[in-house]
Amino acid sequence: MAVKHWALKKSLWVYHVNTGACNNCDIEVLDLLTPRFDIERFGMILVGSPRHADVLAVTGTCTRQAMPRLQELYRQAAKPVVVLAIGSCAGAQGIFTEAYHMGSPVDETIRAVDPNAIIAYVPGCPPKPEAMIAAVVKAWDVIDTL
Amino acid sequence: MSHKTMINIGPFHPLQEEAEFFQLYVDGERVVDVDVRISYNHRGIEKLDESKTFDQVPFVVERVCGICSASHPLAYVQAVEDIAHVQVPERALYLRTIVNELERIHSHLLWVGLAGHFLGYNTVFMWAWKYREPILDALEVATGSRVNYANCKIGGVRRDMTDEQLKEIDRLATESYGPVEMLTKAVIDDPVLHARLKNVGVLSKADARAYGATGPTGRGSGLPIDVRRDDPYAAYDRIDWQVHYEESGDVFAKAKVRLLETLEAVKIIQRAVRAIPGGEIDAKVQNIPPGEAVGHVEAPRGETFHYVRSDGSNYPVRHKVRAPSFNNIPTFKASCIGQEIADVAITLASVDPCYSCTERMCAAVDAESGRRMFDFAQLVKLSQEKTQRLRRQL
Ligand code: SF4
Repeated sequence: MAVKHWALKKSLWVYHVNTGACNNCDIEVLDLLTPRFDIERFGMILVGSPRHADVLAVTGTCTRQAMPRLQELYRQAAKPVVVLAIGSCAGAQGIFTEAYHMGSPVDETIRAVDPNAIIAYVPGCPPKPEAMIAAVVKAWDVIDTL
Repeated sequence: MSHKTMINIGPFHPLQEEAEFFQLYVDGERVVDVDVRISYNHRGIEKLDESKTFDQVPFVVERVCGICSASHPLAYVQAVEDIAHVQVPERALYLRTIVNELERIHSHLLWVGLAGHFLGYNTVFMWAWKYREPILDALEVATGSRVNYANCKIGGVRRDMTDEQLKEIDRLATESYGPVEMLTKAVIDDPVLHARLKNVGVLSKADARAYGATGPTGRGSGLPIDVRRDDPYAAYDRIDWQVHYEESGDVFAKAKVRLLETLEAVKIIQRAVRAIPGGEIDAKVQNIPPGEAVGHVEAPRGETFHYVRSDGSNYPVRHKVRAPSFNNIPTFKASCIGQEIADVAITLASVDPCYSCTERMCAAVDAESGRRMFDFAQLVKLSQEKTQRLRRQL
């Protein structure tokens, strides 16, 4: 494991992208910052720019309008970057699969830019904050193998 | 000479949970115009509902906006119950009231926290969200989930609550009264907040009325409107409670209204838990006759309005949702203009805008052929043709 990856594990910075969510997943992501879950104790913070991010926390179904923006955000993020597809929507478009304004699912949208993207899925509608923390732990394991 | 600059905020911006795009036109430090572009979150829920059965729709509409996931299904089922002329059992009405008020507390505390964050008071953010957690626990006790409740069904509610559950909800709500009261006092007495919020983003009573502002946005501007009192649903007419409103119309008034409403919601829950009658929770609706009806509910952000039309089949033929932010967002035109840029963030936040419920999409459709006109390729073609036309003229 390169020193870079060892260091990365201590301070994963998260950029939150909403690509057409119902807000529930988003408030649960924000909940992670607040006293009960407090992920800052693991060195994770929400950052304001994808260029600073090690993790893209993507929520929502990826609407047609948001699709090109998501790809652009992924291009801007410094690699290696782990994509967390949070919620049923981001995982497989959830209840909105048949709606007319859907783009491609989050994973396909990102794989169109980078076929080898690291994507972790967090199922649930919305997943509990604990599940999101578990996903980040899995992301650590992936970083170990890089 | 005045010089106008355009400032773009968004669509993906760290301040906002959702994707939305504001364009501020500024002259020096003053905002002279504001434009809001949305539709990043548009998911086509109204159309989607037409392919779901009446019983499935509540699960879709509670995902219109996650923060109002008790209000939207309630408005929808009220509309359908109106079509089917259903008498909902008393106990179900009380259970609906309890879940809706818990939702109001969680939504208002969420807003207080975010408003604190926008102002640079991160302590308020952390505190408000800390006090919100027990309410989410209460919702989990009541419905099995922290945020998507799947509580309402046509004719009643899906799940009964035992006495232990009700007691636990009462305890959790009662315990949060003290902290919320403390937060309210801290906000009302804080000199910095006074300086920062008073006379900022003022929405006058006339403007509020003209834009049709609803909920705390209207009540902060001296319009004492509240669907819970004006057209009672659930058990609101059986419980004693008050509508809070303020006259001044600034951000401070809106914050105060929300905090007082949070305290009022705790009282409503306490009274509902004590007064709840026993009995059935479901009127067992068999079929939905043809007809049309509206249902409206006071969501945390204002009046949410659902229109449903049935043709006697299993599926609604039309379902229209008008969420409160649809009325409240245009008030930016009245409240932001003339402000300093530094005050814009809190003014925008003061209506507690929610975009996922308001997203619309426009399409120009040829009335005769039903064909979509002016899609992107056609617009490009029009643009190219114009260039060529101009070139020929030169
Ligand atoms: S997964 Fe569920 S909670 Fe999350 S954005 Fe989608 S509908 Fe909302």
